[in-house]
Amino acid sequence: MISTGLQHLLAVITAALPDDDGSSFWMPPQVSTVAQGVDWLFNFILAISVLFFLLIVVAMVIFVIRYRYREGQQAEDSPSHNLALELTWTAIPMILVVVIFIFGFKGYLDMSTPPSNAYEILVEGQKWSWSFTYPNGYIDSDLHVPVDRPIRLVMGSQDVIHSLYVPAFRIKMDVVPGRYSKAWFEATRPGEYDLFCAEYCGTSHSGMVAHVIVHPVGEFETWLEKASNFLETMTPVDAGRKLFQVRGCQQCHSVDGSAKTGPTLLGIFGKQETFADGTTITVDENYIRESILEPQAKVVTGFEPVMPTYQGRLSDPEIMAIIEYFKSLDGTSSEE
Amino acid sequence: MAAQHHDDDHDPNLAHHFESTEQQRQSAKLGMWLFLATEILFFGGLFVAYTVYRGNHPEVFVFGAHFLDTALGALNTVVLIFSSFTIAWAVRAAQLKQIKLLKWLIIATMLCAFAFLGVKYVEYSAKWKHGLLWAGAYDPHVEHEEAFETIEVEGELHTPEADVEIIEIEEIQPVAEGEIVEPVVAEVEIDPAPVVADPDSSTIAPAARGPEGLAGPVEEADHDLVPVEPLNARVFFSIYFMMTGLHGIHVLGGIAAMLWLLKCLRRGDFDGGHFTKVDMVALYWHVVDIIWIYLFLLLYLID
Amino acid sequence: MAVDNPSHDGAAVGTQNQESYLTHGKGILSWLFTLDHKRIGVMYLVAITSSFFLGGVFALLVRTELLTSGPTIMTADSYNKMFTLHGAVMIFLFIIPGIPAAIGNFVLPLMLGAKDVALPRLNLTSFWFWMVGAVFAVVSIIVGAVDTGWTFYTPYSTTTGTAVISMTLGVFILGFSSIFTGLNFIVTIHKMRPEGMTWFKMPLFLWGLYSTAIIQVLATPILGITLLLLVAERALGVGIFDPTLGGDPVLFQHFFWFYSHPAVYIMILPAMGIISELVSVFSGKHIFGYRFIAWSSIAIAMFSFLVWGHHMFTSGQSGITNMIFSALTFSVAIPSAVKVFNWLATMYKGSIRLATPMLYVLSFLFLFAIGGLTGLFLGALSTDIHLHDTYFVVAHFHYVMFGGTVIAFLGGLHYWWPKMFGKMYSERWGQISALLVFVGFNLTFFTQFVMGSHGMPRRYYNYVEEFTTLHQASTIGSYVLALGFFIMAGYLIHSLFRGKPAPDNPWGSATLEWETSSPPPYYNFDRDFNAGDPYDLKSLQYDPATQGWVRKDPQSIVLAEGGAH
Repeated sequence: MISTGLQHLLAVITAALPDDDGSSFWMPPQVSTVAQGVDWLFNFILAISVLFFLLIVVAMVIFVIRYRYREGQQAEDSPSHNLALELTWTAIPMILVVVIFIFGFKGYLDMSTPPSNAYEILVEGQKWSWSFTYPNGYIDSDLHVPVDRPIRLVMGSQDVIHSLYVPAFRIKMDVVPGRYSKAWFEATRPGEYDLFCAEYCGTSHSGMVAHVIVHPVGEFETWLEKASNFLETMTPVDAGRKLFQVRGCQQCHSVDGSAKTGPTLLGIFGKQETFADGTTITVDENYIRESILEPQAKVVTGFEPVMPTYQGRLSDPEIMAIIEYFKSLDGTSSEE
Repeated sequence: MAAQHHDDDHDPNLAHHFESTEQQRQSAKLGMWLFLATEILFFGGLFVAYTVYRGNHPEVFVFGAHFLDTALGALNTVVLIFSSFTIAWAVRAAQLKQIKLLKWLIIATMLCAFAFLGVKYVEYSAKWKHGLLWAGAYDPHVEHEEAFETIEVEGELHTPEADVEIIEIEEIQPVAEGEIVEPVVAEVEIDPAPVVADPDSSTIAPAARGPEGLAGPVEEADHDLVPVEPLNARVFFSIYFMMTGLHGIHVLGGIAAMLWLLKCLRRGDFDGGHFTKVDMVALYWHVVDIIWIYLFLLLYLID
Repeated sequence: MAVDNPSHDGAAVGTQNQESYLTHGKGILSWLFTLDHKRIGVMYLVAITSSFFLGGVFALLVRTELLTSGPTIMTADSYNKMFTLHGAVMIFLFIIPGIPAAIGNFVLPLMLGAKDVALPRLNLTSFWFWMVGAVFAVVSIIVGAVDTGWTFYTPYSTTTGTAVISMTLGVFILGFSSIFTGLNFIVTIHKMRPEGMTWFKMPLFLWGLYSTAIIQVLATPILGITLLLLVAERALGVGIFDPTLGGDPVLFQHFFWFYSHPAVYIMILPAMGIISELVSVFSGKHIFGYRFIAWSSIAIAMFSFLVWGHHMFTSGQSGITNMIFSALTFSVAIPSAVKVFNWLATMYKGSIRLATPMLYVLSFLFLFAIGGLTGLFLGALSTDIHLHDTYFVVAHFHYVMFGGTVIAFLGGLHYWWPKMFGKMYSERWGQISALLVFVGFNLTFFTQFVMGSHGMPRRYYNYVEEFTTLHQASTIGSYVLALGFFIMAGYLIHSLFRGKPAPDNPWGSATLEWETSSPPPYYNFDRDFNAGDPYDLKSLQYDPATQGWVRKDPQSIVLAEGGAH
């Protein structure tokens, strides 16, 4: 009872009082099984820090006032060392940091050891988008997971080092080209949460934001089923739009006329494009297909040759759907 | 310390902020040792890179070392060790005010340094000729000036291991027995790798010496699988050129330092037995020598 | 030679015509080719404070862009260059040379009662290397700048199209400047201490400089080779860091942090040395726990080489590796903590004067405490996973580098200013500026802790809406900071022309640099010393006539067989 009261007092002082979802002055909502442990250690260190900080600052203020310079007076004689005192104030911090280290290490072991029945999702990071491949082969640009189920992420990068970070889960792991890195989590609360890239990777590093959608019990499978069949269940234009949105295109191409890293796709079909070498072309199905599979072949003047190839990553039906979608971007229908 | 400075007051070699020649000498020595520590650490980073890469990809180093001429490397090692001897003797000569001997010893050391660079030039130009350069410029080939014979082979080449169809052989360099040849990588499209041609059934004259894996094993008849060029073989040459190149730059620095010593000698700095400058340059030169010895061991003597 | 500078009895330097190192030798060449450590120190001071202002401009541009969650005043590419240049300029041009070059060069020989450093020509060479390195950096900025972050992580740094090579070469050359300075200081401290000054009778600022110099000499070569490898990878396609050639991009991180972690101790150790001096003098008391502070400086220097992996907890290195680095990281925290207690204990029962340098001491204790304590969150593995690469880290290192090193640098600058230039600055404006810097700093950076723990990643051009208010508060804080610095530049420069002439010993310190005039003559001293306890403040008394402090017994520290050089 007293210790709860004390914890409460400390929490108030350190502004660590949690809300219902676990969020506090310092922390975002606690949505994974490890979040509580991480936050607990954070608050523990915070309490120790506030304690020592107050000790230092209060002592400092008191000394400045109490021992301020007075005309004609010199400082009192006092010893300039004291072994017992110095040993004590060395030993106590030492013990405290050992405790902190142990808790940190234990928490880390939990965070880096996935349970054996984890549901595996493959993650690909590239400049500047994420793609998540589900066990049935379906690829999405957002991470959908079922609640209360351990998820294991196997991650690779197409180009430079990225880092997958979900603040609400308290997890982070670098995504490195040339090797696979792994992370795991178990979400405890349905909802939608931010997923950031946390390793600087160039122009749109801050644009490389995805979402984690935690589905309530039973709903994840339904979603996956429906999403995987989008080519069958949607019209080609809608399917093309979905592909455009989830396969990393919209990070660099707008549909509203504004130029981003790549040219806008508004009115693209039938447009006259001029390339860096001076040649021109009227945009047709073949040109769009070539731009997707061999993006460096013809680069529109004024843009950099930075588009990655989708060779092997988009099937022919998918490319056809995208082409249909582009045809629909003629400015007559409303697009985002 | 303060009391001594009157004796050295008029010593032109004593800088004004030092109390005594001894203090000056000790300061120079400590400074030079610290500088040498930084040099060791500087090269140390490259040795770490070497260790990490070789630990992960040993086959790259085994392959690459074939293209280094151990004899030339050994020659360079001997040259540098000898030059360490001459510069160490030079320090002694300076201590004993043997100016003429000192001069010739410094010159001898410099000649050794030039000889070292000459040998490296020979090695580097051979590599350049055959495209055995660092990763970005790696393009192994045989120069057309070298004598070669076009051999037409018809039909299939049978080997004990598998039926192999030689699609195209660009060039094979026949060599007379005993002739020393810079090993050459000839591009042979063989499908699949690795392959050893059976000397009994092959119609291609075997080379007296050449990189293994191409037409004709020379000594053994037991047809071991021999390495063809591993993926990333080019990284060996990256490491080779970086390490020996950086070392070569330091050799040049040493030559410059010795030229400076000769200038000081002509100015009469060493007439009074002040040997500190020679001592410092000698220390530097010994480190350059030691680093080369390790390079020789690590790059040339890979089994 | 005749002693024509009779100021060692404490008399204030009266007229403007007084000969000193500033007037000995005229013209720009006499400065650029000088061997006088004091002139070299002053040139460094000008150089690094200019760099600080340049780095500060980049910072203000970064913070202004972050006023809104979307694009504000520049494109993403420009923003990425801004934060990169802010980091690179501040770290390599300002803070690493910082205290050792600008203050250490001036003060070290004087504190030893010596005429110069051991290797004056090397000292000048070190300065020239700084200039050349700075030129390379400026060239890089002009031809398109760099957008890799100051950490140059591969493969981004090996593939980006920006001017990486010229900047990396600039930093490489700056590394030589750092090595030579460190080398010089080690030799000077070993070989040129005066009679009576054993190792444990040295002022603690020299222990700080010495331990820093050890790191400079041992760690900087690793940076050198790392940068050379980076250049080779870009220019020659060498392949050590390229995964398509079997290389390892994470290897770069190991190389880089093996230098850059010790580098942060290059930044803080001299700062701690300054605080030791200031807290003692302005408390009118002997420093508390001298031996511990001295040993802890060496211990920190040694331990600093063992913890680089704590920058890489999420890089994919093994659990064992992470555990070892976490454990070692905590061990290096202890000596720093204890120093803070020692400084506080020095104030206890002291006679505390709140002159401007002392305000910076108080600032330091406050800010460095926060900076150090927030390191605990980052050293612990489970919390670091969450906090790594967020604004929490940005806040932490600004609290220790800025709230620690820069604040101590400012304290030292205000402390030794009278000695360097013979002028006193306005105490009133000094206090105002110190307050603005303190308030502005906290407003800028404390909000960043909260942002970071809520998940705001670093190096972000745009950010999610929820962080807007915190970012705006932070930006306002940065403008307050800028104001504080402009005021500081104002009154300091003003003092050069209109400041009251400074006495030999305006603050009442017992270290040897105060035994000569302010500013010193070019030959530093007119006598040799038998040094006493550098913290024996009771051996001094205030002299109202000169408004300075004098020794009760001027002969007590003079070497018996003295005499002009």
